[in-house]
Amino acid sequence: MLAALRCVIHRDLLLAARRSSDVMTVLLFFVIVVSLFPLGIGPDPALLRTIAPGVIWVAALLASMLALQRMFASDHSDGTLEQMLLGATPLGMTVAAKVFAHWLVSGLPLVLISPVLALQFDFPQELLGVLTLSLALGTPVLSLIGAIGAALTLGLRGGGALLSLLVLPLYVPVLIIGAGSAEAAAAGIGGQPQLLLLGALLVFAGAFAPWAAAVALRISAE
Amino acid sequence: MEKTGIPSLEAIDLHCARGERSLFSALNFTLRGGELLRIGGPNGSGKTSLLRIACALLEPTRGEVRWAGENIRRLQEEFWRQIVYIGHASAIKDDLTSAENLRVACTLAGIRVQPARIGEALRELGLGGCENLPTRVLSQGQRRRVALARLALSEAMPLWILDEPFAALDAAAVERVQNLIAEQLARGAAVVLTTHLETRIATTLRIDLGGG
Repeated sequence: MLAALRCVIHRDLLLAARRSSDVMTVLLFFVIVVSLFPLGIGPDPALLRTIAPGVIWVAALLASMLALQRMFASDHSDGTLEQMLLGATPLGMTVAAKVFAHWLVSGLPLVLISPVLALQFDFPQELLGVLTLSLALGTPVLSLIGAIGAALTLGLRGGGALLSLLVLPLYVPVLIIGAGSAEAAAAGIGGQPQLLLLGALLVFAGAFAPWAAAVALRISAE
Repeated sequence: MEKTGIPSLEAIDLHCARGERSLFSALNFTLRGGELLRIGGPNGSGKTSLLRIACALLEPTRGEVRWAGENIRRLQEEFWRQIVYIGHASAIKDDLTSAENLRVACTLAGIRVQPARIGEALRELGLGGCENLPTRVLSQGQRRRVALARLALSEAMPLWILDEPFAALDAAAVERVQNLIAEQLARGAAVVLTTHLETRIATTLRIDLGGG
């Protein structure tokens, strides 16, 4: 079973490497959206410092939204999904492997580039760690929740818009807690409680979302 | 896998409706090891739906399919570990090479294969020299062969379910796939297939789905 999971992750990374434009689109979208704010608001360091965590978090959320549709779409259209449904490995595990690979190519780059983007906002350097950690804990939760939505809207006409309507409200708690951690740290009360909550959300979503997505995939495949 | 221990596939009172239209109703059959079930009928008569029901991808409107006396929708992975399903869509990724595609397909199905066997299987289907080409550059028939090469590595699976295996293949490839199926039947496994082609393999069971 581990061999199958390794194989799925390896395959998805290989596909992403051979289609690197898809990965770059998400990353560039994130960079551009975040960079638009300092340009639009103007050089007011105090204001920029205040909005930095919120802006970066909202941009990360929209960027991961953008990548969601691709999570199962190509496997659905070429029949690979059928083979996964009929695989020897429990579908929930296969989905978990796919979500992990998806996060590696669409979530992790955002986490890694966010400290650089935060500099545009004159964000205090000692708080960069909290912001990055909150994204590192939060973006996998976004991928996991998004997987359920992507599975439910698979093969639907206008699935993209429906997917946003379905998934964005579910992202709200992650956004509030995630952006709140850096804000609390900036206010001097420490972001630890929020980070712990994000960690708890990640464990919870990691345990249940793949199975929910698996059930949704079986329904979509019928 | 022992030859004698191959369970049978039973369909009991199967009904299938897609939308308003009833495709077939009250369908019964029992397929034992070493037998070939060939499903015929015009386009849109429900052949693919029947295959998808037989491998538990689709839920029948009524009735059930049993493997070794158990409903396959309850057996789940235990059943799927024993079957090969090659559907209408070949499950071939354009950006992967033939060898990578075949390796992924086998790993997903839970078949452990040596890298050398993958090359052999591709050569058996007449794809020697294409192992390391992305399937994007292959023709439709060649991609179908990549998907079917999995059969050469699936001797241990007691049930093969093949949807139009001969579509898009040339005469030589049809001959090779027929040989693979005949050898598998001789090993005592069961095969279900749909085709419009006259095959030379002895058909044990035949179901012709009418247009309604």
